[in-house]
Amino acid sequence: MRRVLNLGRRVDEELYEELVETLVSGDTGVQAAEDVVAEVRERAGREGVADGEGLRRLLAAVLAERLGPPGDLDLPPPGADPAVILVVGVNGSGKTTTVAKLAWRLAAEGRRPLLVQADTFRAAATEQLRAWAERLGLDLVHHRPGSDPAAVAFDGMRAARARGKDVVLVDTAGRLHTRKGLIEELKKIRRVLAREADGAPHETLLVIDGTTGLNAVQQAKAFDEAVSLTGIVITKLDGTARGGVVLAIRKELGAPVKFVGVGEGCEDLVPFDPLVYAGTLLGTSGRVQGPGASSA
Amino acid sequence: MPFTQLTDRLNNVFRRLKARGKLSERDVDEAVRQIKLALLEADVNYKVVKDFVARVRERAVGREVLASVAPGQQVVKIVHDEMARLMGGERAGIAFAPRPPSVIMLVGLHGSGKTTTAAKLARHLSRQGRLPLLIAADLRRPAARDQLAQLGRSHGLPVWTGPTGFTPPEPDSPEAVRATLDIITSGLSEARTRGCDVVIIDTGGRFHVDEALMEELKKVREVARPAETLLVLDAMTGQEAVGVAETFSREVGIDGVVLTKLDGDARGGAALSVRAVTGRPIKFVGTGEKIDDLEPFHPDRMASRILDMGDIVTLVERAEAAFDAEKARELERKLRRDEFTLDDFLDQLRQVRKMGSLQELLSFLPGVGRLRGLKGLDVDEKQFGRVEAIICSMTREERRDPSIIDGSRRRRIAAGSGTTTAEVNRLLRQFSETRKLIKRLTAAGKDARGLSRLMR
Repeated sequence: MRRVLNLGRRVDEELYEELVETLVSGDTGVQAAEDVVAEVRERAGREGVADGEGLRRLLAAVLAERLGPPGDLDLPPPGADPAVILVVGVNGSGKTTTVAKLAWRLAAEGRRPLLVQADTFRAAATEQLRAWAERLGLDLVHHRPGSDPAAVAFDGMRAARARGKDVVLVDTAGRLHTRKGLIEELKKIRRVLAREADGAPHETLLVIDGTTGLNAVQQAKAFDEAVSLTGIVITKLDGTARGGVVLAIRKELGAPVKFVGVGEGCEDLVPFDPLVYAGTLLGTSGRVQGPGASSA
Repeated sequence: MPFTQLTDRLNNVFRRLKARGKLSERDVDEAVRQIKLALLEADVNYKVVKDFVARVRERAVGREVLASVAPGQQVVKIVHDEMARLMGGERAGIAFAPRPPSVIMLVGLHGSGKTTTAAKLARHLSRQGRLPLLIAADLRRPAARDQLAQLGRSHGLPVWTGPTGFTPPEPDSPEAVRATLDIITSGLSEARTRGCDVVIIDTGGRFHVDEALMEELKKVREVARPAETLLVLDAMTGQEAVGVAETFSREVGIDGVVLTKLDGDARGGAALSVRAVTGRPIKFVGTGEKIDDLEPFHPDRMASRILDMGDIVTLVERAEAAFDAEKARELERKLRRDEFTLDDFLDQLRQVRKMGSLQELLSFLPGVGRLRGLKGLDVDEKQFGRVEAIICSMTREERRDPSIIDGSRRRRIAAGSGTTTAEVNRLLRQFSETRKLIKRLTAAGKDARGLSRLMR
């Protein structure tokens, strides 16, 4: 990107073409990339931007606008009912780690989180979350492998009340969005949670692997249709993936990006910042970093 | 089904091409532009797309194509050939060491499916008569070793998780690397003691740019001396697939790729890009969550499926694997003697089910892509379960001779199977239709002319 937009570069057709290529190579998809560049071109003409640096700033601004608002959790304050966060996604996207990171974050804010393992399918899913629970000193509710995930969700809600927990984080089994039966199972978990607390789940977060290509758009659409997403978490952006697919998702879907996962430590989950993200997508402003990254 | 979007878009391009009797260079250029867009939207790497369309164009504007009788058809063939070539052309299998045990090492990003693939691969090899040992050497992800141990236990595959009393140190500590290597060396000697001829090592995942991981994997390689190092890659990976493959290839060295999660609607980008970038072939694909959902990868068949030309070869292979030859002979005898009962019907049903989901089986047929979206093609897989329940709720006599099933029996069967009498009726009707058809077929079979008349 620095090469494409070096300071003295003249703004011409070829440059715009290269901008589209740069965006596409960051997984934005051709359509979204062309939309963005069309807007940049139009505004550059209107605002008289004629050099590479000016164009870079303009591009970052256009991207940030399209990427949506900064992200944060939207939970009811501690009250009679526990707040509920349901975490969903395809296999291997990073749900369990995200649940642990969110719990750590909430505990640091003074809330009393309870971890619930509703993934009763994958071998050792419980052990993985238990390892986190022990590391973070949190309670975990789980059942035997193969039991009904909705029943675990139910028990989790009951346990939260009994133990005075004010946030319930429900981890679920990874499921491809094309598997109808598994999506139905997820709907059932959601129904049970909705019955157990007013307005629950208060957050339904879809975890998307940041290296995913445009398939992420289908994932987001399918999960949103099934369980009404309130937000998206993009994980594994500590590599070289640029996560441009957020642009394509935002074009199709209302749910905003809330967090970005940038490492393996419990503190490596940062609230989504559109400007920083735009920089990452363009590869100009370094990478999104968590507090843990500085010591590495 | 994977690749449907790419298939649909390419189909559109081809339909327009084939509709024309003659092609000009401009027609080809327009088609090539459309193919380029379709591939980009399918997450195929930018550079790979550029090279690919350049090659297709060069071949397509050749005199013999444009002047041929069906130029559109020729272009489709060129795209098919180039696509198969892009993915490596021939099927590439696993290399085994001249002296056992052969070590297969799996590497990849976290969440790509290494652990599941390790178990699937062990199962695949043990079915071929080999004796695999799995080594769980991922000390990074919490409970990764438990996961492999559980998978091994439930499928009767031996798993080595370290010497007795082994406790994993903190990840990323200098002890962690040493402990990883310890697990591997002790696992290798365990394999020799047990007489295992294949060892599959599941390693830790993380980001390829992570130097610590790369150093660890290099050391594992030195110690384990694998005959095969396979990169496990999520089929849904976007443009970054190439970066991932390049880095692992450069830093650790890989001999092939296992593409996972191909049972979703992945767009095909990774499948089409990795070989071109690394020069290493895709050897297996993961097509589901079950232990048997791992298949050898055939570039030409995959190209055919992407272009909606079907993959009958794989379908036949599946059928061969699912159907029991002995049972088939017995069935034939029964058919000849007109003794086909509801029990046999159920048996057949179960065997078909073993071949895979109907949606998946449909995807092997040519031209099905064009039918997509039609109502009725959205098969209700649960229907099978209901039919099974109905038959299982019948007595032995009823199964042998359905004609005795009267109204009261129908109600009992419906209640017992949790269905309705209407559903029981429908099944009985279908069964009697099937029997009639079989009678006609066997009658025709005795008379070759009758058969050919029937086929017409």
